[in-house]
Amino acid sequence: MKHNNDIQVNNLVKKFNGFEAVKGVSFNVREGETFGFLGPNGAGKTTTINMLVTIVRPTSGSATLNGFDVSSNPAQVRQSIGIVFQDPSLDERLTAMDNLQFHGLIYNVDKETRNKNIANMLEMMKLSERKNDIVRTFSGGMKRRLEIARGLIHEPKVLFLDEPTLGLDPQTRNYIWTYISRLKERTGLTIFLTTHYMDEAENCDRIAIIDNGEIIALDTPENLKKMVGENIITLHTEDNNAAGSEIREKFSIEPQINNGEIRLEVKDGEHFIPRLIKETTTTIKSISLWKPTLEDVFLKLTGRAIREQKAGAADQMRQHAAMWGKRR
Amino acid sequence: MNIQRNIKGVYVIWLRELKRYWVDKARIFSSLAQPLMFLFILGTGLSSAFKGAGSGFGIDFIFPGIVGMTILFTAIFSAVSIVWDREFGFLKEVLVAPVSRTAVAIGKALGGASVAMIQGTLILLLAPVIGVNLTLFTIIKMWIYMFLIAFSITSLGLIPAVKMRTMEGFQMVMNFFLFPMFLLSGALFPIRNLPKWLSFLVKVNPLTYGVDLLRQTVIGPKVAVFNPYVDLLFITVFGAVSISIAVVMFRRTE
Repeated sequence: MKHNNDIQVNNLVKKFNGFEAVKGVSFNVREGETFGFLGPNGAGKTTTINMLVTIVRPTSGSATLNGFDVSSNPAQVRQSIGIVFQDPSLDERLTAMDNLQFHGLIYNVDKETRNKNIANMLEMMKLSERKNDIVRTFSGGMKRRLEIARGLIHEPKVLFLDEPTLGLDPQTRNYIWTYISRLKERTGLTIFLTTHYMDEAENCDRIAIIDNGEIIALDTPENLKKMVGENIITLHTEDNNAAGSEIREKFSIEPQINNGEIRLEVKDGEHFIPRLIKETTTTIKSISLWKPTLEDVFLKLTGRAIREQKAGAADQMRQHAAMWGKRR
Repeated sequence: MNIQRNIKGVYVIWLRELKRYWVDKARIFSSLAQPLMFLFILGTGLSSAFKGAGSGFGIDFIFPGIVGMTILFTAIFSAVSIVWDREFGFLKEVLVAPVSRTAVAIGKALGGASVAMIQGTLILLLAPVIGVNLTLFTIIKMWIYMFLIAFSITSLGLIPAVKMRTMEGFQMVMNFFLFPMFLLSGALFPIRNLPKWLSFLVKVNPLTYGVDLLRQTVIGPKVAVFNPYVDLLFITVFGAVSISIAVVMFRRTE
């Protein structure tokens, strides 16, 4: 069987009592790829993940993970994936080691492999010294690292990370990302993650932007940003008019001169600036570069900022609670 | 999913229950406080008050009842811990593991039963203190009975527990489930000559049969209310039905 695509999703739909949380999404995730789901809270990211990891049954559509269908073969799917949930899922009264051993046992990893993998993962996540401590005493970042370590004890092919840094402070978030990239280097794991942090999405090879249960764009971060437009360079010079005509001649770019500054639209700002400085004879006083972000991409696609949603997190939780309530 | 895999799953869930029990030493001791108070304060009070009223009211009478009470409380607490697991997220880890829900439910019931049996044994160890002598054979019989009772009650407790989403539900279980079961089990008073309505409630209570079985095993056939086989049959059938319902309900939850 070909496994070039670790995840294949075909028109996946989930309805909760008439409310369509996921409205027919389709995408593939390639082997070894880091694939990100980016969208505001309530966009359907977690529901999609829950269907892929077989805890929520799809209303319609199909999904295949590592060659196994989520509906007809959930056990094999589960065995071949590792999951780190949005909310902590550790047994906080037991030690880190107990949690890891439990995971290894329940995923039927033989003793030798289990102990080897546990030691490796503890080392990689820098938790070896705390392995015999009760999890309750761990910081948020340590718990998250322990969960990532745990998700990999049974050597899955794909690791799911649902908002891996939610609720962590910026410094800890950076740490977690360092660990994740180290992990990728060493294992070549396929990673599927969801996030509503733009800077985190930048770490992905490809991103699907999801809003209201639909994928509205899917591409590499670079290509997505190209959708918004060019890089913009702003210059202050001793003589804007002279500099302007010089630029027009040498780079065949039409500068806009306004309020004592020159605005240039270019393709690749980082590489353009050195050339600009080298070849311009007029003295440049200052120079600044603006590049489009994924935030701008989201804004362009939906007409609103992703951050606006964050303010409504409490509403989101209420909505979520209501959804659970209805499903009871 | 193959059978072997699921048997291992049952074992792992069971192991975790025991580990959690063992880690929480404070809980072991504090949960013995209540039965000990009932045994020594209520037991002594009753036997003093009814001195001369004939046999059947002494501390030795309620002793097996207190063993039953310990099993009841521990078993229900273990079952309801599934709500804790849900609240603290650990249940998710279990639900996405490659073992069936059936294995999880049975593992949980066996785990709760084992913990309850251990707590019951700790009370049983007090037998010499209150002047009841137990032979090794009696102790072995008691263990088997205690395990059966504990398994039935844990399974029964799992039924509301798999539906419960919040801790608040736990208080309801305590008030409408746990205390009535204890008071209506004959653990504290003889259940002969009760008014009809009370007698009915007593007879549908599985703990009644459990306490009867434990009592006649410890004290002797003279205190028996039912035939021991009737007791055993009721407890076993009750346990089988309860675990089946719990499994079906657990498989349905998302």
